[in-house]
Amino acid sequence: METLADVLRANGLIVAFMVVGITVYLSYVISKRLTYGRIHGSAIAILLGLVAAYFAGLETEGRRGVADIGILAGVGVMGGGMMRDFGIVSTAFGVQFSELSKSGLAGIVSIFSGVFVSFLVGAIVAVSFGYSDAESITTIGAGAVTYIVGPVTGTAIGASSDVIALSVAAGVVKSILVMIGTPMVASKIGLNNPHSAMVFGGLMGTTSGVAGGLAATDPRLVPYGAMTATFYTGVGCLLGPSVLYFSVRAFA
Amino acid sequence: MVIYGVALLAACLVTGLYAGELLGQLLGVQANVGGVGIAMLLLVLIAGSRRMRALVTGASGEGIKFWSAMYIPIVVAMAASQNVVAAVDGGMLALIVGVLAVIVSFLLVPLISRIGGGGAPLPPLNEAQEPVKREGV
Repeated sequence: METLADVLRANGLIVAFMVVGITVYLSYVISKRLTYGRIHGSAIAILLGLVAAYFAGLETEGRRGVADIGILAGVGVMGGGMMRDFGIVSTAFGVQFSELSKSGLAGIVSIFSGVFVSFLVGAIVAVSFGYSDAESITTIGAGAVTYIVGPVTGTAIGASSDVIALSVAAGVVKSILVMIGTPMVASKIGLNNPHSAMVFGGLMGTTSGVAGGLAATDPRLVPYGAMTATFYTGVGCLLGPSVLYFSVRAFA
Repeated sequence: MVIYGVALLAACLVTGLYAGELLGQLLGVQANVGGVGIAMLLLVLIAGSRRMRALVTGASGEGIKFWSAMYIPIVVAMAASQNVVAAVDGGMLALIVGVLAVIVSFLLVPLISRIGGGGAPLPPLNEAQEPVKREGV
């Protein structure tokens, strides 16, 4: 047993691949069996990760979730800033620059208004909950953009870890709601053609939320929504620690 | 070679982060300004250019696609290493932020769809093609 723990400790990142792989597998089983595919497996996996981090935090009283448990330290490497940024950049692969311009003005307008509106909602709620420093307000606002933009922004401007975790939680709530809510509201918001699907992707922005929500509405709309959604996180990462942060700092 | 694609990806990220740092210094903030966003733009531009074709097709392309497929697992690991205990105190905040952001964004879809004239609805789905059962939705 001692020997096994030593092996696990000495190969942290590899253990993380294994553990995360099992978590994702279980999540997809839960997604299929318990929610009949309505909640995307990836959203469940992220939730499981947050839940695990919660219990790990209670147990270790550390601030890095399961990464504070010796044999799971590699999860902290896999989910650290370096790998996270690498993964995000790779998702831009396959997006054609010309395709965005083809989606026209509406697509671009939707991306920017989506980022601004979500940020504004998040920032207002943060202020009404008593946050007064620009870093926390910006990070929570960025979390309302997506669960990627939140931590990217928070890390860049030096927000505290608990505020960053909050921003991830807000982004996860958003992502799951988009998955569940999209099929219900699709007909009411005219979400039945590629044009509105692009606008929808640009406004929501959460890639897994948009992909899951559109797949449950009409699978043919997925690529259109996902295309603008892919840009959304990039725009959010660009604006979050810059324009949006400066605007908040001007007020706070 | 798979490594070519991975190296291209890495080069985009390093260049983007460097540009982000410089931009941060230029703007006078202790922050990386949009480094990741710049890296994504770089990758999109390079992937679209004809001269760089060899770097993004075949095995090289697989090297990029692999990391793109690892994106969700990485996010899962990221979630698992967050300070959730501290966040739970603000649980209501996260919920309210998420719900309001989605509602407001949903409401904007028909509004912004009007720009450039709305598209024509797709023909109804063939029942046989429908992959997900949706009773009760």
